[in-house]
Amino acid sequence: MTDNKAAAHGAVLADTPPAGEGALVELRGAGKSYGNIRALHGVDLTVHANNVTCVLGDNGAGKSTLIKIISGLHQHTEGEFLVDGRPVRFSSPREALDKGIATVYQDLATVPLMPVWRNFFLGSEMTKGPWPVRRLDIAGMKATADEELRNMGIVLDDLEQPIGTLSGGQRQCVAIARAVYFGARVLILDEPTAALGVKQSGVVLKYIAAARDRGLGVIFITHNPHHAYMVGDHFSVLRLGTLELSAERAQISLEELTNHMAGGAELAALKHELAQVRGVDTEELPEESDLTAPVATSPEGNT
Amino acid sequence: MSMAQHAEPAVGTTPPASGPRTTDGRTARRPLALRLLARPEVGVFLGAAAVLVFFLAVAPSVRQGSSMATILYQSSTIGIMALPVALLMIGGEFDLSSGVAVISSALTASMLSYQLTLNVWTGVIVALAVSLAIGFFNGWVVVKTGLPSFLVTLGTFLILQGVNLAVTKLVTGNVATDDISDMDGFDQARKVFASSFDVGGVQVKITVVWWVVFAAIATWVLLRTKYGNWIFAVGGDKESARAVGVPVTFTKISLFMLVGFGAWFIGMHQLFSFNTVQSGEGIGQELLYIAAAVIGGCLLTGGSGSAIGPVFGAFMFGMVQQGIVYAGWNPDWFKAFLGVMLLGAVLINLWVSRAATRR
Repeated sequence: MTDNKAAAHGAVLADTPPAGEGALVELRGAGKSYGNIRALHGVDLTVHANNVTCVLGDNGAGKSTLIKIISGLHQHTEGEFLVDGRPVRFSSPREALDKGIATVYQDLATVPLMPVWRNFFLGSEMTKGPWPVRRLDIAGMKATADEELRNMGIVLDDLEQPIGTLSGGQRQCVAIARAVYFGARVLILDEPTAALGVKQSGVVLKYIAAARDRGLGVIFITHNPHHAYMVGDHFSVLRLGTLELSAERAQISLEELTNHMAGGAELAALKHELAQVRGVDTEELPEESDLTAPVATSPEGNT
Repeated sequence: MSMAQHAEPAVGTTPPASGPRTTDGRTARRPLALRLLARPEVGVFLGAAAVLVFFLAVAPSVRQGSSMATILYQSSTIGIMALPVALLMIGGEFDLSSGVAVISSALTASMLSYQLTLNVWTGVIVALAVSLAIGFFNGWVVVKTGLPSFLVTLGTFLILQGVNLAVTKLVTGNVATDDISDMDGFDQARKVFASSFDVGGVQVKITVVWWVVFAAIATWVLLRTKYGNWIFAVGGDKESARAVGVPVTFTKISLFMLVGFGAWFIGMHQLFSFNTVQSGEGIGQELLYIAAAVIGGCLLTGGSGSAIGPVFGAFMFGMVQQGIVYAGWNPDWFKAFLGVMLLGAVLINLWVSRAATRR
């Protein structure tokens, strides 16, 4: 049964060293056009085990398109998409899941009215008994869900409560715990902290770190450079559908990252215009020369 | 890849400890009575009990066993259809064509057997295929076009209504089908769909047994199987369900086909009870089924409900329908009663679930 295999796989992963030196997921010059609209082009991205790759970008920068390609909702129209070094083209999220790529969507893909444990196993239910009376292994699922949630540090009083009654942060954590349990090797998080308060964002960032330490490659999509810098190992900034920046953690400071996020070069140009206007303090804005980080090059050189 | 330049991220890397089995202490357990009241089927059970007590008081003849058998029979003919309609509603869709689909099924079996002089079982099997096909068509159109099922099945409702009348007139030259009671296999089929049996001197219709059996299966499937889990999921949030790998298309189409199965069963019951079928019947029945499901605590928008609730909902209907007769009142009042009950049940459900979940 695939469910149980996936489950066992997830448990084993925790203490297995990252497989090989190759990238789990790699994009080479990937792009996507919808008709005559080029939503994404020339994007390079590598995801390694035990690593958090942050993808930053303003609204409309192409972040959603990027994760839709990796998670199997859409197909790329240019470039290459490799999983474990082999080119792939997913036609459904199920295929991506089978390769160990799990996505935690912004809306979390949970059903609000259903109990926590049913949500945890939705789509991959544990069953017992022969076919005509094959039934849900409710005790097993509740125990497993409780165990997994506790491993991620989430303590819930009542797994029977509808997941809609949990707070945003808790729901996020349940979704992450679910992905980790079902054998994800690559975890895509779509703006997990966007709708959360300060404290809850901290909790979610902690689980991102926990997931990374369990050996997963994490793709963390956000438009908050501060959150990204807390957990990230590699940063890619998207702008207008293409890479504006790709840098290792050691190559870039939070300030530079923030500047790139905020519009970088454009902002520097804007500064000169604003300097003409009275009452605008331009002292704090960055100069173009401040933006020293390498732009859109792969520092790892293994492409 | 080189990890030498890996700078330590700011967040601590120790996974959060899994402490002893403590609760986080923020949720106090609600009293049992309140937790029970929060369940939709408890509200409708109380409602059904109230209606029963009311008619036991005002209509002495209800107290006889034979009256109760009639009430249960009346309830079962609504209840058997209310079950798949409720499951479909939990799955987030409606079927307005379910009332006339019953007649379509009965007409198919009756006319096919009679005109071709076949064993009635042939007609019964073909009618099943036709009913499932109607359900499949409804489901397929709803899933593929993304149109509201209200519109799609309203269309099917009108189509079937017209086809029932027109084809029957074309084939038999009449608005009713011919009597099939002397055909091969009729007695056998009647045993299955429309016989009675004796319980302590009271004749009980077999549909009551089928009703209980179907309700038990539906409850088990809904709460204890993968498929039941999927029904809640597609009704609660279709996109989320799809994203985690639930076969949404299969679940929705099969639910519509389940309604088709229910329509076939009730159609066969009518055919083998009355020997002929009136082609213009069945209109308005679909609303009774939907009302029974709603009174039974199924959420109109999907994602919540039970299979046992509609059983009590259907019982309330059967009780009122017969109770009015036994009480010697004008049966024209039935629909008015239904309306009041429906509104009352919905309001009580709303109030109870709010009161029970708030504190």
